[in-house]
Amino acid sequence: MSVTLRKLKENFGGALFDLGSAFGDDFAVVHKDRIVEVSQALRDDPDLRYNFLIDVTAVDYPQRRPRFEVVYHFFSLPLRHRVRLKAPVDGSDPEVPSLVPLWKGADWFEREVWDMFGIRFAGHPDLRRILMYDGFEGHPLRKDYPVNRRQPRVGPRN
Amino acid sequence: MALNTPAGGFFASRLDRMIGWARKYSIFQYPFVTACCGMEYMATACSHYDVDRFGAGMPRFSPRQADVLFVVGTISHKLAPTLKMIYDQMCEPKWVVAFGVCTCTGGFYDNYATVMGIDTIIPVDVYIPGCPPRPETVLDGLMKLQEKIQMGGGGQGSGNWAADN
Repeated sequence: MSVTLRKLKENFGGALFDLGSAFGDDFAVVHKDRIVEVSQALRDDPDLRYNFLIDVTAVDYPQRRPRFEVVYHFFSLPLRHRVRLKAPVDGSDPEVPSLVPLWKGADWFEREVWDMFGIRFAGHPDLRRILMYDGFEGHPLRKDYPVNRRQPRVGPRN
Repeated sequence: MALNTPAGGFFASRLDRMIGWARKYSIFQYPFVTACCGMEYMATACSHYDVDRFGAGMPRFSPRQADVLFVVGTISHKLAPTLKMIYDQMCEPKWVVAFGVCTCTGGFYDNYATVMGIDTIIPVDVYIPGCPPRPETVLDGLMKLQEKIQMGGGGQGSGNWAADN
């Protein structure tokens, strides 16, 4: 077991649903309300030093309860190791705490997740669409967004 | 040297033909480049293939100075109003070339974000298929555009021509 998983298990055992290693990469499934403190520990622990938030994204599992999973990828530039955190989020009113206070780079990632999946980030300074345009209805990467739905801004001429 | 004019002192000629000939060798293009097709556009424009041979060697980056709108690359719904505005800003006579399969039909995209062919927004004169089109295809499309300009056709999407792939 890697030092990351050991530390997570020791310090945050109660906040974890699952942890392990898949295809050579560590992962942990974290309660969404504890995601900020777990991330901060990953960043500030001198044995871990995950100083680089690579990506924030989400997955829609329409058959699962809870429906969404927000996925965070961390990398440690000084120690050259990486870990993936996953936070299950309920589908009816999806909201997770924002990581912008810890990593400025989380800003646009979280806006993209909001735009594509409609998951809100509590505490985000400017949560609005980033890829789609104003007036776009719905969140296109949700599985229940109709695959043929088009919202053109300039009408079909033909 | 005395001009051999018919009685009455007028020329029997085709002014529109001469204007068409002049226009087809002074194409000022506006490259509306959004995606990977742009690399192939640049390859065509540079010395190896050299669009200057066709009098199209001077791209203008203001639509008000351009005759031909080259739409090069995928157009998203977010960008569509901008493309329409650029087209509206161009002076008559004007022509539009759809460069690459994304601008022709949407290409392999069929999703919430992509315009399924720019001819749903603005009229198109010449379609150049390919993903991306080879420079030879582009030159073929350019020559077809010249032919169309010579014939006095075009602007306003009068008849749609396609480059041979």
